[in-house]
Amino acid sequence: MSASALTLRSTKALREWAPALVVAIAVIGGWQGAIAAFDIQQFLLPKPSNIAAALWDDRGTLWPAGWYTFKEALGGFALGSCLGVLFALIVARFERVGAALMPIAIAGNAVPIIAFAPIFNAWFDPLEPTSKMAIAGVLCFFPVLVNTLRGLQSVRPQQIELMRAYAAGEIAIYRRVRIPTALPYIFTSLKIASVLAMIGAVVGEYFGGSFDALGVLIRSDAQILDFVTAWAGIVVASVLGITLYLAVAIAERIFVRWAPGGRDV
Amino acid sequence: MTEPTTVVSVSGVTKTFPRGNVTALQDINLDLGAGEFISLIGPSGCGKSTLLRVIGDLVEPTSGSVTINGKSAHQARTDRDYGIVFQDAVLFDWRTVSKNIELPLEMLGWDRPKRRTRVAEMLALVELTGFGDHHPWQLSGGMQQRVSIARALAFEPALLLMDEPFGALDEMTRERLNLELLSIWQQLQSTVVFVTHSISEAVFLSTRVVVMSPRPGRIAGIVDIDLPGPRSVETREDPRFFELVTEVRELLRMRGEHLLPEEEAAVAGEDA
Ligand SMILES: Nc1ncnc2c1ncn2[C@@H]1O[C@H](COP(=O)(O)OP(=O)(O)OP(=O)(O)O)[C@@H](O)[C@H]1O
Ligand SMILES: [Mg+2]
Repeated sequence: MSASALTLRSTKALREWAPALVVAIAVIGGWQGAIAAFDIQQFLLPKPSNIAAALWDDRGTLWPAGWYTFKEALGGFALGSCLGVLFALIVARFERVGAALMPIAIAGNAVPIIAFAPIFNAWFDPLEPTSKMAIAGVLCFFPVLVNTLRGLQSVRPQQIELMRAYAAGEIAIYRRVRIPTALPYIFTSLKIASVLAMIGAVVGEYFGGSFDALGVLIRSDAQILDFVTAWAGIVVASVLGITLYLAVAIAERIFVRWAPGGRDV
Repeated sequence: MTEPTTVVSVSGVTKTFPRGNVTALQDINLDLGAGEFISLIGPSGCGKSTLLRVIGDLVEPTSGSVTINGKSAHQARTDRDYGIVFQDAVLFDWRTVSKNIELPLEMLGWDRPKRRTRVAEMLALVELTGFGDHHPWQLSGGMQQRVSIARALAFEPALLLMDEPFGALDEMTRERLNLELLSIWQQLQSTVVFVTHSISEAVFLSTRVVVMSPRPGRIAGIVDIDLPGPRSVETREDPRFFELVTEVRELLRMRGEHLLPEEEAAVAGEDA
């Protein structure tokens, strides 16, 4: 790629991001101003500047704790998503299995799985990361399963017909038609899952976990009314959650480059 | 004249779709000799696409059978004996134009350099050189259809099944591709089953034109096209060309009305 093309791209990126950036700055500025203007109590809503200070002062505990939790989320995300895709492939391949399991999967998708967090803590050792990975994994599993399956089944019948005309077997049809068709659906669900994974890990920790974990830190800070540090912890969780989401979005750009979604190639 | 070997033999094929209880085809009998170019023509919904699918073993006939080169249609499909162009382009969005054309070559296990060379030739043939790296959704409908024609021709199948391949094209491109198709047909000595709505196109291209009538889909008559070959631009000015066009049109028109079985026999007698 030439240097000028690179500049062109970064200018374009800047122009795309500029409005969001302006809004973000305005919101934070308004927040800071409102607290001063309406004399809002610190425990209700701390000033952004105080949160930023706490973020800096406690960086030695917050970020390692964030990393600890992030690894749980990542583990759950990887496990849940892989199993979701795998299950979808099996279910799509064997229609009878699919017919039996699909209603259950859809019901499972609608269950507020996060409510099971305390139970998972009882099943696994709450001080071990596995218990949080399990919650995050189960949270990721259902949306990935349901969306992947929908993707695998949304193939145009004529495309299958064409492949059959070339004497393609089931495996070739999967490799060359069904999976490419499902890919945009899979990435949509992975983006949802990336968010759910971080929620699962943090909320799981609210119900008990190692003192190295971010969720535990946020909860204990809130309990001793140190809301500024709790807020700083939430910022760390948000940054890490957004990072995971962006990583998936970038992977999507790479693997679904062909998608007609208005992107000029 | 020696009897040409039969490539496609359709005998007593009936196809009823359970959904809606439509009889798309009723008792179709048709033999295609090697090197024949047959056009199927008839009003919309008379079963042309269905007949093509039955020949290609993509739809199971309710009764009757199809043999291709003496084999069952299923065996012929497994052996990749035919190339097919569907009524819609049926391209894969995630593949570039070149990759779409390469698909059957990949399935046949051609190596990459050989595939590349062939794709370049095919792109030139359908006048899409320079569009190889585009994705299908970046092309117009007619261009997409040309890609699907290139894909079907890429592995030079001995039997070509084409469902209104030129339907989406402008008149000029259509006439040019008609000539190209004829020269490919002559060069490869292939057998072609060609569905079209254009009477003049059918007469211009074919050795025989099969006129079909709807509800239920049947063969209303077959017109032998005795125009001298090789066909060229002048063919369209040949008085015999107009006679044949008229003959096909008459046959199509007659089938618009309901005929009694005796009258049908009479018409069939006239053709013979
Ligand atoms: N998969 C299907 N299920 C049910 N009915 C079908 C199916 N495919 C075709 N038919 C019916 O069979 C009849 C013939 O359809 P076909 O597509 O073969 O017509 P056609 O001659 O190709 O028409 P056109 O010129 O419009 O393409 C129609 O009445 C149609 O409704
Ligand atoms: Mg049709």
